[in-house]
Amino acid sequence: MRLRLSTDSIRNASIERVEDLSGQALSSCYQCGRCSAGCPVVDEMDLIPNEVIRLLQFGQIKKVLRSKTIWICASCMQCSARCPKGVEFSSICDALRAMVLRMRLATPAVDAGNLSRVMVSKAPQMGVVSALRKLLNG
Amino acid sequence: MKIPYYPGCTLHERALDFDMASRECANALGVELEELPVWTCCGAVFPLTTDSVMDILAGVRNLAYASRMGDKVVTLCSFCYNVLKRSNKVIREDEEKREKANLFLKADTDERAEMESYLEQDYVGQVEVLHYIEMLRDVVGFDKVAKSLKTSLKGLRVAPYYGCMLLRPKKEMEFDDPERPTIFEDFLETLGCDVVDFPMKAECCGGFQIVRDEETAIACSQTVLSSAIKRDADLIITTCPLCLYNLDRKQKEMAKRVKGFTKIPVIYFTQLLGIALGIDEEHLDFSDNYVDPRPVLAGKKLV
Repeated sequence: MRLRLSTDSIRNASIERVEDLSGQALSSCYQCGRCSAGCPVVDEMDLIPNEVIRLLQFGQIKKVLRSKTIWICASCMQCSARCPKGVEFSSICDALRAMVLRMRLATPAVDAGNLSRVMVSKAPQMGVVSALRKLLNG
Repeated sequence: MKIPYYPGCTLHERALDFDMASRECANALGVELEELPVWTCCGAVFPLTTDSVMDILAGVRNLAYASRMGDKVVTLCSFCYNVLKRSNKVIREDEEKREKANLFLKADTDERAEMESYLEQDYVGQVEVLHYIEMLRDVVGFDKVAKSLKTSLKGLRVAPYYGCMLLRPKKEMEFDDPERPTIFEDFLETLGCDVVDFPMKAECCGGFQIVRDEETAIACSQTVLSSAIKRDADLIITTCPLCLYNLDRKQKEMAKRVKGFTKIPVIYFTQLLGIALGIDEEHLDFSDNYVDPRPVLAGKKLV
């Protein structure tokens, strides 16, 4: 991947917002990749977890906010458990989703008015409530 | 002995089998789960964004209700346990959020006069959140559980599935080792089962992603099931209604997709405890399970 970098673009307000909202220091990550190695849904991601962090380290917020990855994370926190530097990628994902939802940058990944009948009538409430809160509530 | 009990929405409606089996087992062990007279949904997820006070209020409110009844609250659903425990830690450690949350709770009390007395004092994290399995180990004692058993489960190969929410994040949950947990193994040994260790016991079932995209969650669940099947488990136990939904109900779809897919029953850990305690099968209720555990249990002469 080719990136055009400048000192201004590496550290910008959006990146600081990600750090504030997630409570995570992006510069702590040294790209060992254990987050991506342990992620159960990594196969479906367009950017794998350590790539997301790398792009954020280079100030590339737009690429990250456009990625499918942030909607695919199941918040299982395996990445956080295995990070040798204590970086919680799940929290970074929550922060990025919150930014998209609060600024209405994209259509949310679920449509609350259009859930399947099985989901509404059979699935445990905790599943529906958690999906709606994770994927619709910034 | 009475212990305050928070069932949560799912055990109140879609997982009534789990609620009933757990109450029956508690009774058989001399514990009465005393349901909180007032409770609401806990919110199901703990917010991972740092600026959310509103998002922890539901959890804190339930803890405040519990604080009127005693110094402990027991829950079974792993989402509820995760939310209550993490919210409690925020209230104990974050002074600013504690003050804000209590201001919300007070405003709430004024609007709903019938609950006026529930908050005579601030909620400061005085309640200890216990999972039912911790109650069995630390309050009842596994040795007492062992003495109360009526039926031997020897020869039954059981795989304990932990999932995510009990274990992670470790520093907040303080439940067990997130990579090599043992509490359910100790519980199963108490029941006399053959414990099946399997590598995917603490991996994700796909969780709430089942709502966004079934394929994502089914792929995760299938990985978990295959791992237990390869180790020759007769059945899997869990404490999470969403894990059970993904692991059990979705075997129908897995069977369609994968040639030669072997089905495996997934039940709640208190349903298995109920069998060992000699509780009537009708009180354990296996009627909701897609993969019926009764043939496996009958094969070992347990039902």
